[in-house]
Amino acid sequence: MSGHVVPKKLYILVFAALIVFTGLTTGVAFVNLGKWNTVAALAIAVCKASLVALFFMHLRWSSGLMRMVLVAAFVWFAILVTLTLSDEFTRQWTPVPSSWEARIQQQVR
Amino acid sequence: MHSSAALAEQFDDLQQQHEASSLGMWLFLATEVMFFGGLFTAYIIFRNFYLPAFEAGSRLLDVRIGAFNTAVLLCSSLTMALAVRAAQLGKKGLLITFLLLTLLLGLTFVGVKLAFEWRHDYLEGLVPGVNWTFSGPDSQHLELFFCFYFFMTGVHALHMVIGVGILTVLIVMAARGRFSPQRYNAVEMSGLYWHFVDIVWIFLFPLLYLIGGRY
Repeated sequence: MSGHVVPKKLYILVFAALIVFTGLTTGVAFVNLGKWNTVAALAIAVCKASLVALFFMHLRWSSGLMRMVLVAAFVWFAILVTLTLSDEFTRQWTPVPSSWEARIQQQVR
Repeated sequence: MHSSAALAEQFDDLQQQHEASSLGMWLFLATEVMFFGGLFTAYIIFRNFYLPAFEAGSRLLDVRIGAFNTAVLLCSSLTMALAVRAAQLGKKGLLITFLLLTLLLGLTFVGVKLAFEWRHDYLEGLVPGVNWTFSGPDSQHLELFFCFYFFMTGVHALHMVIGVGILTVLIVMAARGRFSPQRYNAVEMSGLYWHFVDIVWIFLFPLLYLIGGRY
């Protein structure tokens, strides 16, 4: 056998945790926490995804190489999101030079 | 002789063969992260642009069906993990049972999506480009939310359908006795794919259904 055989009980425990998290994230959405609603929803989603990756996808028992591939994927994803958002959020930081206004108006038309 | 049949000639041993398959599958999944990542990024950006419309759109989705489908998908991940375990232990009957259960749960997910969500949206006139009759405030931006909703859940459902196809092949292979405790890489790699599709839904569910606020 070339892979790690995981006890059945552990799988069922992880599954139970995933169902509890699903109930929790759905419940939290009905409570007004302001911007913390989004934080809570994403934090719970990250926990659930980690449980699936670590136990169901056997990452806990895999070699460092597999973990590195997954981490690399998420680093690239973080770069994608961060750079794109940094553009969007900083657009208003500097005023548009008045001489550009005419040209922008032209393009809009 | 049995183990030599399970081992392809380019590998030294089963361990190395298993590592090679896993690495290939994880690399493929990394490209899938980028594929869905582009959609998630676009969704985040436009949600920031048109927050009220996106929150209103989110509230038009049925959270009960979303939560139910999440549970169905998590169940299917459990049965898939148990199928891989059965393959590792060489329990053919159990392997076929768990693969069939996974297949049925996968079909349930797609069926519920089609019959209760997409059909309902169509009848309500909430399908951009096909049947869009919403005339309330911010209609254009709400339409954009539903474009994202249908594209993201649609691409996810397409992955589910591909997964169902893979499971069908696995069930036939298992019934023909093609797997053994030395030879089950195909089951395990398909499992990785299935769990990955589950993870995508784990993020889609809160992003589409929940963070608009239900209170």
